[in-house]
Amino acid sequence: MNVATHPAGRVDISGITIALGEGQNAFRAVQALDCQVESGQFVCILGPSGCGKSTLLGALAGHLQPVEGSLKVDGLPVQGPSPQRGIVFQQHTLFPWRSVRENVAFGLKMNGVGKAERLAAADEMLALVGLEGFAGHWPDQLSGGMQQRVEIARVLINRPRLLLMDEPFGALDALTRMKMQELLLDIWTRIRTTVVFVTHDIDEALFLADRILVMSSRPGRFIEDLQLDFPRPRSTELVTRPEFSRLKRHCLELLHHEDGRQLPRLNPLGLPNDHHGLRLAL
Amino acid sequence: MLASRWIPRIFSLLLCLLFWQLAASNHWNLWLVTFINVPTPLAVVQAAVGLVDSGRLMQHLSASLSRVFAGYLAALLIGVGLGVIIGRSRWAEDLLLPPLEVLRPIPAVAWIPLAILMFPSSELSMVFITFTGALFPILLNTVHGVEAVDPRLIASARSLGAGRRAILLEVILPGAAPSIITGLAIGMGTSWFCLVTAEMISGQFGIGYYTWESYTIQNYADIVVGMLLIGLLGMGSSLLVKRLGHLFTPWHRTRGKA
Repeated sequence: MNVATHPAGRVDISGITIALGEGQNAFRAVQALDCQVESGQFVCILGPSGCGKSTLLGALAGHLQPVEGSLKVDGLPVQGPSPQRGIVFQQHTLFPWRSVRENVAFGLKMNGVGKAERLAAADEMLALVGLEGFAGHWPDQLSGGMQQRVEIARVLINRPRLLLMDEPFGALDALTRMKMQELLLDIWTRIRTTVVFVTHDIDEALFLADRILVMSSRPGRFIEDLQLDFPRPRSTELVTRPEFSRLKRHCLELLHHEDGRQLPRLNPLGLPNDHHGLRLAL
Repeated sequence: MLASRWIPRIFSLLLCLLFWQLAASNHWNLWLVTFINVPTPLAVVQAAVGLVDSGRLMQHLSASLSRVFAGYLAALLIGVGLGVIIGRSRWAEDLLLPPLEVLRPIPAVAWIPLAILMFPSSELSMVFITFTGALFPILLNTVHGVEAVDPRLIASARSLGAGRRAILLEVILPGAAPSIITGLAIGMGTSWFCLVTAEMISGQFGIGYYTWESYTIQNYADIVVGMLLIGLLGMGSSLLVKRLGHLFTPWHRTRGKA
């Protein structure tokens, strides 16, 4: 695995407002957001449920269109989804009809890479996320943590400038989540890319990030911009340090202040699914 | 384990046969239903032997099979094609689904006069009627399957560089495949279902024609032979479709067996 250092991945968010819903029910999920993310930085966006942090991520991925403002990655405006901006959802989105290996190789297939070459590359990525022996499995045969590892491998095989993660470990148990956080940092040191990681878990944000952007309740605005200089590589022992606790208390206060009302969760594709009525299929 | 499940299946079939034999040979009259004029299984077997001996069985079979499969193949192509378009586009749904919903409840038998008028040969009219039988289950299950594809999978594919064509081939079709296969299996059955109706038009061959003809000349044992043949062929071909379906969706079997 070659250690590629991308100089790319600088994000410019200026004056972004994103509206969701239609007609009467339309609302502004995030309003007038401004921030710059340096290339190669690991940024966590921390905020209460429904604050629009996933909405911002969806816009960065190109799945949602802002009504105002501009989004640029390395100076180029974001126009629709791109393999340059990979996204990992909370629940895996692996194709159940493709083996783990073929799932990981998917991006290369879309890019026209030949079969032998892309499958070999997929095996390499799977080794990087510690899943050498599972290339031939179906995604449904893996545990939740393994599925997310495959998902990360599938996104990273495209060598994106930007890795967008929407509470990727939110559905995992505490122990698996901690292992996944360490694994993610380990992978990130090898495949350097800008990471924007959305979470509502303060410990997770503090453990992972170079920088935390704290978001207010809806409509989301940034209310705090924390630079973290905990040395890397980091280990779980970090969470017991007094400095960590101090910052955690600070974040808790910020979030507690914002925790006025419970809002339904949003996702990077907009609102939670509006279900089709059942259609009789006869 | 397999054997243990086949035993009750065969037993249940034998039980039905036994009931039929008793009811028909004793001319049971069960208030609402009467078995006075129903041929016994033995008479049916004799009629079946008679059909085989007449040497026309193969002609009947091949005529029916080719009609059902021609109609079915057309329904497969049109049903899956239209289903994907309707499932993907709201515009197409509004444009195409209303007329199809009007046509859907029309029974095959009501199509006979128009089918004769619209198609140049009676052979094509018959194929058309088996086609109408298979079309709607295939179409509606395809629409249903396509609409049920997780939008997150489509979003993910787009973020991984998939274009419209790749999304259709790599995400929509495999995602809808289990539902499409269900539609294909149901459609196979309904296609046979319409066979007797279709072959009312026929002047010579076909299992449906044979059944209908036996009715008009009041040959009751032959009717039952025709009925059973249609039942068996329908069951066999539905089973074949399901088996093929399993081959095409290997991931679907392993679900939940991790």
